[in-house]
Amino acid sequence: MSAGARVLDSSRVDTHQGGILYVEGVSVAFDGFKALDDLNLYLDEGELRCIIGPNGAGKTTLMDVITGKTRPDTGTIFFGSNVDLTTLEEHEIVNAGIGRKFQTPTVFEQHSVLENLEVAAKANKRVWSSLFGTTSAVVRDKILEVAETVGLAQTLDRQAGNLSHGQKQWLEIGMLLAQDPMLLLVDEPVAGMSQHEVERTGELLSGLAGSHTVVVVEHDMEFIRSIARKVTVLHQGRVIAEGEMDDVQQNPDVVEVYLGE
Amino acid sequence: MPELHTGRHPMHSARAWWLLACFVAIAAVMVPVFNLVPDEDSIWKLPDFLIPLFGKFICYAIVALAIDLIWGYAGILSLGHGVFFALGGYAMGMYLMRSIGTEGVYGNELPDFMVFLDWKELPWFWYGFEYFAFAFSMALVVPGALAFGFGWLAFRSRITGVYFSIITQAMTFAFMLLFFRNDTGFGGNNGLTDFKRILGISLQEPGTRVGLYVVSVIALLGTYLACRYIVCSKLGRLVTAVRDAETKLRFTGYDPLQYKLFVWTFSAVLCGLAGALYVPQVGIINPSEMQPANSIEMAIWVAVGGRGTLVGAVAGAWLVNATKSWFTVAAPETWLYVLGGTFILVTLFAPRGLVGLLESVRLRGRADSTSPTGSEEVDP
Repeated sequence: MSAGARVLDSSRVDTHQGGILYVEGVSVAFDGFKALDDLNLYLDEGELRCIIGPNGAGKTTLMDVITGKTRPDTGTIFFGSNVDLTTLEEHEIVNAGIGRKFQTPTVFEQHSVLENLEVAAKANKRVWSSLFGTTSAVVRDKILEVAETVGLAQTLDRQAGNLSHGQKQWLEIGMLLAQDPMLLLVDEPVAGMSQHEVERTGELLSGLAGSHTVVVVEHDMEFIRSIARKVTVLHQGRVIAEGEMDDVQQNPDVVEVYLGE
Repeated sequence: MPELHTGRHPMHSARAWWLLACFVAIAAVMVPVFNLVPDEDSIWKLPDFLIPLFGKFICYAIVALAIDLIWGYAGILSLGHGVFFALGGYAMGMYLMRSIGTEGVYGNELPDFMVFLDWKELPWFWYGFEYFAFAFSMALVVPGALAFGFGWLAFRSRITGVYFSIITQAMTFAFMLLFFRNDTGFGGNNGLTDFKRILGISLQEPGTRVGLYVVSVIALLGTYLACRYIVCSKLGRLVTAVRDAETKLRFTGYDPLQYKLFVWTFSAVLCGLAGALYVPQVGIINPSEMQPANSIEMAIWVAVGGRGTLVGAVAGAWLVNATKSWFTVAAPETWLYVLGGTFILVTLFAPRGLVGLLESVRLRGRADSTSPTGSEEVDP
């Protein structure tokens, strides 16, 4: 099987030049509709980047091409300066160190919270070690620590399908943390959360930045303003502005896109 | 909070181990003793004809476990497992044919059907089947290899759900047509039969029949423990994750292809084992075992017993087949209606099968007995 032959892990990713993700000249078309149009995006290691844009701007498609769900028609995507993501399958990209949280929370509904976190935890994810392997005390401690962080330590034995929407969001974030990726792609993390939970999510994501690189796609401008350091604005599959939140808000192109329609 | 397990979960409670031991004692010790020890006309005598019948049921139970593993846990409905069962049976049948030697009707070294077709020498794919060890390994390897190739192509193309089920039906149908041809070299529509001995021992001896039956019981026990081991491992939880949210699993860093391929191939190997044990006990293997209807019936056993429970699959196989044995004697023409009707009723009213029904009855009983005021809390 070709899939099993290349085992990548994050130690192989070369970030010596400071950049962790290089998206260059990427275009994707669906039946003639250009979802991404010659898009360029560079991320520095440890930064927290927010991506905003109106509906159909290509935010989710951008996440899809980075995680291998969609293949770009043209362009290159490098993780670090050495890992070509366009040649890897989805699970290989995850094991290389890129984690993703989807728009709608998906958890393994039949399994307990603990089992969900265990499945996500960083480990050898091949068939043989899943069959005969055991979960080490280190991994178990990591799982319990993550459960504490996302506020699910008291509900470890609950079936994930019985959690509330907000708790599922937290569980999914917890699964992402248990995976311990270098780069986290987080799609609409605060949808359906209460004000208090939104604040906690903001603190969590800001806290992760530095040791991790975090990309947040969000509609909630208030939330963006509360966490944003650098913002990228997408429109019709292109980057139309990039910079500090305040500067971006003054940008005439951005104003036109958001207000002109 | 109950104890929280990571890694491998315990396979059984102490009580369940005890029940399993009782079952094995009854099936592997009591049955043979009651068949062999009492006199012919004693009321304690278990009639001879029941032994191969029980042996057949044991083989069906292995098939049911194999289907439950792939359907109940991995969510992949196979309507073609009959082909793996039959291929295992054919491999064993070929050994049994070769063991007839020159005692056939034509007194030839070649199997009778080859003499009848005027073949002068043994086709290459019959080489080696005079050795039991080779034939027995082929009974496992051939179904496994077919499943691996088929599964790799289908799963790699991300074929799922009903489309996959339909292709498995087509596969078993295609194999049936292939094996019906005389030129294919497996005895055409008559298949392989008239076996005389296995490992040099006559198949007609009561001791041989009991021996084969006991070996089948041990194989069933081994199969059950292997399946239980799998579903209690982290792999078991990943396989059910494939069933519930395959895309999510992929984005959690697992390759669903490898996981599906593993259980699918393992399941086919188990069917091959069941087929190999089945053929010496029933004395014949022919292409009708590959009929699409047979494979569907196998899936019904599991649906009736309860998917994703292992024990339910075994119970379903026995219940359906015991009913079948009775009906096909008492009112043969009604059997297919009964089977179809049962399937519809189970799907509508007991989607979790017998085990699900028993569980809900037990839960209700417990709720009544533990909380006298429970009736107020529970909606009527």
